[in-house]
Amino acid sequence: MVLPEWLAEPGLNHFLVVSAVLFSFGLLAVISRRNIIMVLMGIELILNSANLNFVAFSRYGLLSLEGHMIALFVIIIAAAEAAVALAIALNIYNRFGSVDVEQISELKE
Amino acid sequence: MDFSAVVFYVFSILIIGSAVIMVFAKNIVHSAFALMFTLAGLALFYALLYAGFVAVTQLLVYVGGILVLILFGVMLTTRGYFEKVRTRTVNLLPSTIFVAIIGVLLIAVFVTTEWTKMPLEDGQVTMTGLGELLLTDFMLPFQVTGVLLLLAIIGAVLMASRARMPQQPPHAEQPDRPEDEPKNIP
Repeated sequence: MVLPEWLAEPGLNHFLVVSAVLFSFGLLAVISRRNIIMVLMGIELILNSANLNFVAFSRYGLLSLEGHMIALFVIIIAAAEAAVALAIALNIYNRFGSVDVEQISELKE
Repeated sequence: MDFSAVVFYVFSILIIGSAVIMVFAKNIVHSAFALMFTLAGLALFYALLYAGFVAVTQLLVYVGGILVLILFGVMLTTRGYFEKVRTRTVNLLPSTIFVAIIGVLLIAVFVTTEWTKMPLEDGQVTMTGLGELLLTDFMLPFQVTGVLLLLAIIGAVLMASRARMPQQPPHAEQPDRPEDEPKNIP
């Protein structure tokens, strides 16, 4: 069985396409789901797709170890962001009794 | 077909399939577990790209940390044990079309661009180079990230504990609202 060359060996484009698909699904989760935790998960997916791009470029492109470094910093900042965002979600739940982002429409009572 | 090609295709199907499950699952706990499979598959992709340290960090921080945090968030923001875990999805058709357009554009740009490529070299241990970079070129971001993590810890603890403490006032103020509304109507 002879496969075409672009199918036989995964290259830079393959990883970029996977990351584009992941970015699209993350964006879909952010704009179509109404639970604040789902929105957070979509953001994590978007950050991961960006990370995959960085690591893929550091393997195939001109970024060498700097790509790994940026990916590590993105992971760390995503951890901090998740902690703060969940604290905010907890606050919102205690104040409004729900985590539906459409019901959270006022800043002050 | 190469072994790495087989691994790549199997795991890209797993990653994208669990991302689809994550977006469209009705139950948010199912979404969280699908996200776990996506993140673990991405860790394997990093290993496939010879980024061993990033892969390990991905497993430790994302699968071990952020996912548990998200599950705690799900647990603390739902009312009963098994009710209200389901969530709504709105504007599914327009947002799907919008996102599909964006995805197709991104893929088209990625595929048609002529990226500058380096000749592939064999994988090597990345941890030594990463450690040296961390203490030379990336010294300032490293320190700033430490301060950022400290601030995030303090902020999260402060906000979460303040959310727990005045639990009475929001519930005590709840009955005020129905009384206020009839006053405004006449």
